[in-house]
Amino acid sequence: MANVLVVTSGKGGVGKTTTSAAISSGLAMAGKKTAVIDFDVGLRNLDLIMGVERRVVYDIVNVIQGEASLNQALIRHKEVDNLYVLPASQTKDKDALTTEGVGEILESLANEGFDYIVCDSPAGIERGAQLAMYYADEAIVVTNPEVSSVRDSDRMLGILSSKSKRAENNESPIREHLLITRYAPDRVGTGEMLSVEDMQEILAVPLLGVIPESNAVLQASNAGRPVILDKNADAGQAYADAVARLLGEEREMRFIDAKGKSFLSRLFGRS
Amino acid sequence: MGLWDMFRPRAQDNSASVAKERLQILIAHERARGQDKTPHYFPEMREEILGVIRKYVDVDDDAVRFEVDHNEQYDLFELSITLPDRQDDRRAKKNT
Ligand SMILES: Nc1ncnc2c1ncn2[C@@H]1O[C@H](COP(=O)(O)OP(=O)(O)OP(=O)(O)O)[C@@H](O)[C@H]1O
Ligand SMILES: [Mg+2]
Repeated sequence: MANVLVVTSGKGGVGKTTTSAAISSGLAMAGKKTAVIDFDVGLRNLDLIMGVERRVVYDIVNVIQGEASLNQALIRHKEVDNLYVLPASQTKDKDALTTEGVGEILESLANEGFDYIVCDSPAGIERGAQLAMYYADEAIVVTNPEVSSVRDSDRMLGILSSKSKRAENNESPIREHLLITRYAPDRVGTGEMLSVEDMQEILAVPLLGVIPESNAVLQASNAGRPVILDKNADAGQAYADAVARLLGEEREMRFIDAKGKSFLSRLFGRS
Repeated sequence: MGLWDMFRPRAQDNSASVAKERLQILIAHERARGQDKTPHYFPEMREEILGVIRKYVDVDDDAVRFEVDHNEQYDLFELSITLPDRQDDRRAKKNT
């Protein structure tokens, strides 16, 4: 059975698309047949981050409206095996996505033998975001160390536990994971930024990973290459750790301490 | 205060700790409200009912209790009023 994984946040611009691209690539590299779907109808961007923008012919709305088959719309990633991208529509209005239509697409993907279906949610808590999470088995809640992002994540957690198909059918709840992104350990050290512990305590969801604020993310988006493919980049490695944890491996958190400062130097060297 | 906190900047100039405190309060409030199944018209209805009662008796705000009980099949709306002493009551009527 395919695992439907939604990447969501409530707040916009926190790193959902970056995360969807990285996590789906990582899962595919681990041998899982993976599809990543852009649910941001009207604001398609996942294609750019994945580097497949020039090969987009059909999109998810074409499939739902019967204008193209799923196989015609799915774009196979050239660099990563087992990885397929289903773009969002750039032109059609948001109402073109229907609950039934999305359900049918997910079912077809499951029948095609996909192991993971990653859903890149649009921002907000309205229809588009609710549709992206409706069928989810697992959710990655992307959160920045910043008050409005934490608050919106909490609201999204409430929606995940009450408005999903699993909630409506009284099935076991969506498995929730907290992913903290754009984390700056230096600023946490100086007391300017919420810490990993603070955020975990407030949101009370198991921590999947911490992605540091990193130049590599901008470089990756410039190149159209998911940052996880950059094996030397801190953010790439942090995403690789998160994927390993998602697949059940235990890995210690990295990139959560201020740069170049060991535990002891921080203990004695402050002032 | 844990050992760790001694090595952290002081609370006053630590804006992250302010952020954490504000979030904890706000989120607790929002979670509680999320579970509150009181109908949206309830506060207005409450005020109106209170107005009607006060045409006849002089009651305090806390003498009137409004409660909604949620059962499987139906919601039960309960209203209970503690009337003032009879003498107070008469006085109240004279005043209005
Ligand atoms: N770890 C990071 N370090 C530095 N910049 C980052 C990081 N993660 C994301 N960004 C940047 O933040 C911006 C928003 O990222 P992204 O598009 O992934 O967010 P989003 O949540 O999908 O946004 P939207 O809500 O608009 O869909 C981008 O410019 C991206 O490069
Ligand atoms: Mg996005």
